Amino acid sequence: MISQNTNKDEAKRIIYSVNNLNLWYGKDQALKNLNFTIEENDVTAIIGPSGCGKSTFIKTLNRMIEIIPNVKTSGEIIYNDRNIFDSAFGVEELRTRVGMVFQKPNPFPKSIFENVVYGPKIHGIRNKKKLMEIAEVSLRNSALWDEVKDRLNSNAYGLSGGQQQRLCIARALAMEPEVLLMDEPTSALDPIATAKIEELIMELKKDYTIVIVTHSMQQAARISDKTAFFLMGELIELDKTKTIFTTPRDKRTEDYITGRFG
Amino acid sequence: MSYDVMQQNKDKHFLNTEALKRRMKLRIILDKVAKGIFILSTLFSLLILGVLIYRVWNQSVGWLNLRFLKSNLSIFPEKAGIHGPILGTLWLMAIVAPVTVILGVATAIYLEEYATKGKFQSFIKTNISNLAGVPSVIFGLLGLTVFGRLLKLGSSILAGGLTMSLLVLPIVIVASQEALKAVPGFLKDASYALGATKWTTIKTVILPTALPGIMTGSILALSRAIGETAPLVVLGIPTLILRIPDGIMSDFTALPIQIYYWTLDAVLRPEYANLAAATIIVLLFMLFIMNSIAILIRNKYQKRY
Repeated sequence: MISQNTNKDEAKRIIYSVNNLNLWYGKDQALKNLNFTIEENDVTAIIGPSGCGKSTFIKTLNRMIEIIPNVKTSGEIIYNDRNIFDSAFGVEELRTRVGMVFQKPNPFPKSIFENVVYGPKIHGIRNKKKLMEIAEVSLRNSALWDEVKDRLNSNAYGLSGGQQQRLCIARALAMEPEVLLMDEPTSALDPIATAKIEELIMELKKDYTIVIVTHSMQQAARISDKTAFFLMGELIELDKTKTIFTTPRDKRTEDYITGRFG
Repeated sequence: MSYDVMQQNKDKHFLNTEALKRRMKLRIILDKVAKGIFILSTLFSLLILGVLIYRVWNQSVGWLNLRFLKSNLSIFPEKAGIHGPILGTLWLMAIVAPVTVILGVATAIYLEEYATKGKFQSFIKTNISNLAGVPSVIFGLLGLTVFGRLLKLGSSILAGGLTMSLLVLPIVIVASQEALKAVPGFLKDASYALGATKWTTIKTVILPTALPGIMTGSILALSRAIGETAPLVVLGIPTLILRIPDGIMSDFTALPIQIYYWTLDAVLRPEYANLAAATIIVLLFMLFIMNSIAILIRNKYQKRY
């Protein structure tokens, strides 16, 4: 049973529209007949117990899931009027429009500067001055500039875990994407670093559409506009965060958010 | 386990403390014996190396000097030098290094990054590993047939270099594969997620990260090639060649070959044994330098993440 609240008075642009999406790892079905919409400048949180398919789903949105061998999909994901599975829609092009931040901070073993400008550089921007501008803007937008501006040429692995994760966000922002996918971006961080990232997400939602997978229901409640609850590969409920946490329609959602299982 | 059961079991003792202590003593003695055996094993190979170097060094004293390095081969021991063989070995490396590194790394990249994982790929991998174990004489025969006779390269530097390349190619491939495999997946993911193609990712992330491992493997393979004799003997390298090699098509001789022939001829004139010993020292010195470079590269460029 899928319930979606379509509020007529705020007509936001639909960025992603997922229709009848199924996904298999070999013979195991991980996503079952998903229907999902993601609207512009929303923070959409995906919650659910381990193994419910939430990470699989977010990685399908930029087709990173296809790096795993033997993945099969059916159905369609319409991103801005184009099906991302269309052969004409190159996976490289999709990923320049849809940035991703991973669970564990994964900077390259290069300098802070080289990390941030990696995307623009591989897509052909060579002008040093322009790259410097991109680096500064991206680092400012990820609230890291003041902490690293004096050591842009030192190795990224000298940063703390929280700083590394903000560097990864800056690296994603440097491509000026429309959507930011975040796969449990704070699960490897301490509470203070987590608070900083959450603050940053609240800031970024003004300019970006954000989809975030989280293990923490509190985090979903704090930062998201919409919350989706996944269970065993199915979307049980997708609604405004407030509705999900106060008056969920499905019994299973209620059981999960009140901590009866998980 | 409920709280009550835990309380009941609290006073039960399953272990006999005295017996435990006795057995502990025995195990500590056993630990010391094991340590002794391992130290002796290590000392054994060190001892062999020591004896070898001592004997060779003793024989070469008085023969190994600048004149020996600078003058060319001769049938007269007091006049003979290894200028030619040294150049021959360097020329050989000038062929083997680019051929094996380019072919080896490219093959490893294909197998690790592009080939679809499956039976065919693992079949190729197993065979390459097997190839690394084929005796070097066999590679000499292959080189003689293909490069020497079929392509009519004779016993030139090019024929020798290509034969040596075949011999050490599997080592470079396997070492490069291991280095590529060790590149963490999360670095590749980071690159792909920014819209990078496979080749861009290989060029900018995977190869730089794997480079120390690839370089180390390649240098170790080269130092194997430098010391190989059998393939060159099979190719028919002349016993005494007085011309200094000046290009990849000239005939040549190399350090290990010279050691081989001089040792054989030591029955004719005992001084030849001294010449062979001096050549061994030169060859060992070259190997030592190459292995040191490999270690330096590994320590300097090994990336931490």
